[in-house]
Amino acid sequence: MYDDGKLTTIFLFLPPALVLFTIFVIWPILNATNFSFYKWSGYGELTNFVGMQNFQRLANHSIFHQSIWNSVKLVLVSLLIQIPLALTMALLIYKKTSVNTAFRLIFFAPYILAEVATGLIWSFIFDGDYGVTAQITQALGIDPIYILADKNYAFLTIITVIIWKYFGYHMMIFIAALQAVPHDLLEAAEIDGASPWRIVWYVKIPLIAHAIKLSAFFAIVGALQVFDIIIPLTNGGPSNSTHSIVSYLYYFGLVQLNVGYGSAVGVVLFLLCIVTAFSYKRFAIDKGGEL
Amino acid sequence: MKKLLLAAALAMSMSMTSSLAVAETVVKILDHEPTTKEEKEFLLRVAKKYEESNPDIKIKFDFLDDVSYKAKLPTLLQSSERPDAFFTWTGGVFYEQAQTGMLKDITDMMTPAVKARYATIGLDGLSYKGRLYGVPMYASNILIWYNGDLLKQANVDPKAIKTWDDFLNACAALKKAGITPITIGGKDKWPIAFFYGPLALRIAGQDGINAANRGENGGFNNKDFVRVGKEFERLVKLDPFQPGFMDTGFHKSVGLFGDGKGAFLPIAHYVIDMNAKNSTSGKGIGDSLDFIPFPAVTGGKGDPKDTFGGINGWLLTKSAKPETLKFLEYLTNKENQMESARLGLWLPIVKETQANIKDPRVQRVAKLLEEAPHHQLYLDQALGAVVGAAVNDAAAELATKEITPEKAAKRIEEAREIR
Repeated sequence: MYDDGKLTTIFLFLPPALVLFTIFVIWPILNATNFSFYKWSGYGELTNFVGMQNFQRLANHSIFHQSIWNSVKLVLVSLLIQIPLALTMALLIYKKTSVNTAFRLIFFAPYILAEVATGLIWSFIFDGDYGVTAQITQALGIDPIYILADKNYAFLTIITVIIWKYFGYHMMIFIAALQAVPHDLLEAAEIDGASPWRIVWYVKIPLIAHAIKLSAFFAIVGALQVFDIIIPLTNGGPSNSTHSIVSYLYYFGLVQLNVGYGSAVGVVLFLLCIVTAFSYKRFAIDKGGEL
Repeated sequence: MKKLLLAAALAMSMSMTSSLAVAETVVKILDHEPTTKEEKEFLLRVAKKYEESNPDIKIKFDFLDDVSYKAKLPTLLQSSERPDAFFTWTGGVFYEQAQTGMLKDITDMMTPAVKARYATIGLDGLSYKGRLYGVPMYASNILIWYNGDLLKQANVDPKAIKTWDDFLNACAALKKAGITPITIGGKDKWPIAFFYGPLALRIAGQDGINAANRGENGGFNNKDFVRVGKEFERLVKLDPFQPGFMDTGFHKSVGLFGDGKGAFLPIAHYVIDMNAKNSTSGKGIGDSLDFIPFPAVTGGKGDPKDTFGGINGWLLTKSAKPETLKFLEYLTNKENQMESARLGLWLPIVKETQANIKDPRVQRVAKLLEEAPHHQLYLDQALGAVVGAAVNDAAAELATKEITPEKAAKRIEEAREIR
């Protein structure tokens, strides 16, 4: 049985959070799920019930397959390149010195930039006619390069920009965690004659495992939701080859006024995120103890 | 005491403003952010002038950038906050709005005398199933604009380009002379459809496009539309576009053209200002700029005099106040359309206003529109968002040689079937 104080606390503090969560999270999700069974342009009443048709179309659409594959690539790159890079950088500069502070600022700066601004800046850098790339190719006296117009390299470019933008964020999480590693442990390892490499591998990394797991989780969910960098950089092109799931949703759902279809994409994305989040918790976090 | 006086004064001033507000009718108009400062100033100036002669009416213009405008409109129209009138590119989205009862039928509200002042293509553009829902304001006409100096260097006479074959030969000659034949904004996709769309108009004709849109004769998957792809493919095979055209947006492509980096550009008359503004020098190609109508295609069903482009205007929402139509009629009356023509803002849609257009090139554009038997709306507007996007995608993929003309036609038809 709850005592009076506990009940009062629940009745007082639960509703605000619950109401906000319901209005801004649960309600839109239910709404979108409902829309996804209709063919609906966003105008007028929901009348044209089509059952699973939107999901069937989705399953058969080659561009959707490509966008899923692109999002998977982003997840893999985030885990296999971005996080190790961030960790390496963090290990190099986590100690408090003025030089390190300067580096931290430089590496973290891209994260502060708005996504759209980042996209615009990089699209200028890759611009083969007027941008930085143009200046380089001119100086070298070679033919101009249009990397974003090339289907083989456009997505690679997006991946590069995403690593550049977000690795600083993960680095900061690692730096905070590394600074909390007790000094006596590190000293003890040193006295025992452990090499710097062994200290990193057997002391520092195990002690910040919780931060790495958290970071990896953010990286996965973030990779699934990439959108605002893609639009200014490639607009999903060339030939719809660089869409992420979200930019696919935007282009085929909102731009083409197919709100029902777009909602179906949204539902799939939501399920992907939920499944990822729960299986990640189950397999990565629960097994290895508390976060 | 001081406090009391202050409170009294406040209360009085508040009651005064509120009584003023009661006497006024506010007409709310939503517009997408105009492309030029002059256009916005013109609208606000006309609104102010109207308010001066109608003190009980207040005109409130709201502007939203293009993307948010399109994204917010569906929700806004269904809410109680909906404006009295809003800007439209007409076409499929407008039909959708009319079909779902978001708009006010003004067929019987507009007097025959007022109707008579607009060009027929304008009223047609704002009509759905024979009913009028809005007031037209301007038209645009996609033509092939060229850089005369570059053509001269390649010994190409633009006046001699009458057919699609002539145009292809001209592109080949330019290519041979080391000049990029065409600058295009492939990143945005729709500029590529400025070839595909007019080709469809020349080959299938407006009747053919409409029939395909209704699903007749195999819809878009018939031999006419395959031919559209094939003719476009002939152009693509010449590699006529600037290098990296799939990473060039529309604005940049106009800038490249203004920098003299390409000989042709399919675009509307606003290229005159835009090629200067977007060029590196800020001056553009000046008097070297002129245009040819889109060439005829041998054996095509369309009339070579048909034009291709946009019709823009204002739609009235279902709850629009009666004053809304009065204002929109005023905004598009002869005097104001003459003024907008004089300012070079757009191609007016009211008859007999062309005389005020200063630039002789724009005058010729207006004349072509006036003489056109049909004016085909941009395909991505006319066919609705889904099929329109499929057309743009197909055109872009033909341009990058990724699909065959047969597959392009099939893709567009598939989009039509699921629309």
